[in-house]
Amino acid sequence: MGWDVSQGLEGMDHNFLTGTLEGLVKWARARSIFPATFGLACCAIEMMGTGAAHYDLARFGMEVFRASPRQADLMIVAGRVSQKMAPVLRQVYDQMMEPKWVISMGVCASTGGMFNNYAIVQGVDQVVPVDVYAPGCPPNPETLIHAIVTLHGLILNGEITRRRGETGAGAGVVVEAASGDGASVSRPTPVVLRSGAGAT
Amino acid sequence: MTDAAPDLTGPELLHGVPVSSSRGQQVLHPSREQYLDLMRSLADEGYAMCVDLCGVDYLEHAGRQVPEGVQLERFEVAVELLDLTAKRRTRIRVQVPADDATLPSLFDLYPGTEAMEREAFDMVGIVFDGHPDPSRILMPEDWIGHPLRKDYEVGRIPVQFKLTGKPV
Amino acid sequence: MSPSSITKMHEDTSLTDEGAQELPPRSTLTAKELLREVGAVLRISEAEANTLSSQEPSDDQTMIINMGPQHPSTHGVLRLMLELDGETVLRTKPIIGYLHTGMEKTAEELTYLQGSTNVTRMDYLSPFANELVFSMATEKLLGIEPPERATWIRMLMAELNRVASHLLFLATNGMDVGAVSMLLYGWREREEVLRFFEMVTGLRMNHNYIRPGGVAADLPPGWRDEVLRLLELIPPRLDEYDILLTEQPIFRERSQGVGLITAQEAIALGVTGPILRSTGIEWDLRRDMPYLAYEQVDFDVVVGSYGDCFDRYAIRLNEIRESIRIVHQILDKIPEGDYRVQDKKVTPPPRARIDESMEALIHHFKIFTEGFKVPEGEVYVGIESPRGEVGCYLVSDGSSKPYRMHIRAPSFVNLQALPHMMRGGLIADAVAVISSVDPVLGDVDR
Repeated sequence: MGWDVSQGLEGMDHNFLTGTLEGLVKWARARSIFPATFGLACCAIEMMGTGAAHYDLARFGMEVFRASPRQADLMIVAGRVSQKMAPVLRQVYDQMMEPKWVISMGVCASTGGMFNNYAIVQGVDQVVPVDVYAPGCPPNPETLIHAIVTLHGLILNGEITRRRGETGAGAGVVVEAASGDGASVSRPTPVVLRSGAGAT
Repeated sequence: MTDAAPDLTGPELLHGVPVSSSRGQQVLHPSREQYLDLMRSLADEGYAMCVDLCGVDYLEHAGRQVPEGVQLERFEVAVELLDLTAKRRTRIRVQVPADDATLPSLFDLYPGTEAMEREAFDMVGIVFDGHPDPSRILMPEDWIGHPLRKDYEVGRIPVQFKLTGKPV
Repeated sequence: MSPSSITKMHEDTSLTDEGAQELPPRSTLTAKELLREVGAVLRISEAEANTLSSQEPSDDQTMIINMGPQHPSTHGVLRLMLELDGETVLRTKPIIGYLHTGMEKTAEELTYLQGSTNVTRMDYLSPFANELVFSMATEKLLGIEPPERATWIRMLMAELNRVASHLLFLATNGMDVGAVSMLLYGWREREEVLRFFEMVTGLRMNHNYIRPGGVAADLPPGWRDEVLRLLELIPPRLDEYDILLTEQPIFRERSQGVGLITAQEAIALGVTGPILRSTGIEWDLRRDMPYLAYEQVDFDVVVGSYGDCFDRYAIRLNEIRESIRIVHQILDKIPEGDYRVQDKKVTPPPRARIDESMEALIHHFKIFTEGFKVPEGEVYVGIESPRGEVGCYLVSDGSSKPYRMHIRAPSFVNLQALPHMMRGGLIADAVAVISSVDPVLGDVDR
């Protein structure tokens, strides 16, 4: 059984036992992500709303927002990143332990948004590698949950960890904005969990 | 009810300073020398709170209307005062020349102007004498340039729209 | 106490005969006399602060620590340098600018119709207040007045926004002080209000609904039932929160006597809103310098007496009740009519007409691309947002874009009171104080 240790778990030639073990590890990683609090502006309010009772993040195992980046594995950059804040953002990202993921929430974090000027970094991917972009100004809590579930799918099929190991870049997946469509007035939109390869 | 153009009264004086009316709001136009004394007289008169202080760069709008006798300069500092007892407001507009962009600080009279004057310095570049902490407040401390000046570019990066990543 | 009684204290010296004990005129009072402690503000530069970590601390020195900008309880990206003696806070320096977005510069590139998209993102917890003050300033420059129905719709949205913002304050204040479940309860009610906003404006936050000339669209059919549902839902839950927090001994210990500020200090620092009202000054722009239709509705101004965190919490809780009272009256009194002024210069034509008439198409095109021209001049308008007085100083040079737009942000000025409130308290109280000031960093940094 060969094992390219430099690739971590991905480098193993799997037999039945280690394959199941790897699946178990990926399942555990996906189902119990601890986000780091990086709420900057208006999107932070929607992020808090997603964690609140109505759009519950606890059902995805994510309601524990860790204050310390050392204990977190997901950084949701929620809000506009100014020139003064960019070094702080990088510092917090560097303090996180591998494996770590980044969701860029909102258009200001993804591309600079409506503020194409001297003060705002035009996209947080200039500073940190981003895995999922969630558009919206601010994104619906439903959009954020869609982005999170997409991230779960990427973690579960292992591609994201592999790519990061090779190039250091993020997955760069853009999700569609989930529209309210008046749906939130009468009933919340049901969120369908995507079953990627290897999901249990 | 309100006029379309600012109606300017003649060289009427209040505390020795020309006064005009802009959309029904009283505006005083002191010179730099009269500025601090005027603020003290207004404070005695009952204007207890300084609500706002901001700097304006009139580089591209040199032809604005002011009462006679007021010499127009590149920069202007607009101070808004509030009298809580009499429930009235007044505005003070001081002209500040570009080559000597300084003005006495109002910190001693209205300590609340500390942050506002720092912002005016940061954004427009007007230095306030007597301010306890004249440093940048919004931009990083080592930033060069004053963003709200008219000769400072917005910093817009041209955007080429392309399909990025895989739409989910 | 009313503001006039403070001035009277200065004027009425004829009653005492104790040798001309006159109080000095206001102009001679310097910062030293106005503030309890000018030394409450720590004056070090950021460059100095960065070298502090390399210094060796000794026993007799006080310690300067850094809190933020990424911190769970700084309400956004606020950075505080605290000088501590053990656990006691001596001096503080708030360092801001981590969310500076250059909105005032951006405003010079956008037309007046686009302006409210920009301005609404400043104080993102009360976007209607920002849009309202910008639209009112533009209308004052234009010399137009929105129709009655538009005014009442604006008032309805502004008051519901106050409810939403204060509910969020209750939520975050509870969480910061330790009652974490309060966070979930506050958000639960806020979701209901946001649901109504989504029904009317299309967005949960940052609505771009209040525009110069009126509002963007009329209230949709069925809005009355929604508002009535809100008005039935929120008051009993408010009573629950009252019982949960107000009598609770831990909450009282953590907020009574903490974060004191005096009336004189507050006025000298330019602090407005619930903080000023907590010191005892009855100053509310809705009642003292009325705008919109606030003269026609009946409401009370809630005032505290001690100037501490508990007073500010109680004021905001009761302001929700007052806002609900105002919304009841709006429901009764709102007139029929236009939701937007019918002035050809400012208002685009109705959408159906664009298909029929070439002039309407050109008119629509001109208004949305070039924008309408605003006569030259400058104006300042101030209104009461949930945080204090938000003002817009607008300078126009006759073109279709503002020459200079400056927003007087309430949180920017209220933050100056922070060092004075924190001095002498414990570092744990610092969190409670920041939370009671309720700053919104988008407003502070713009």
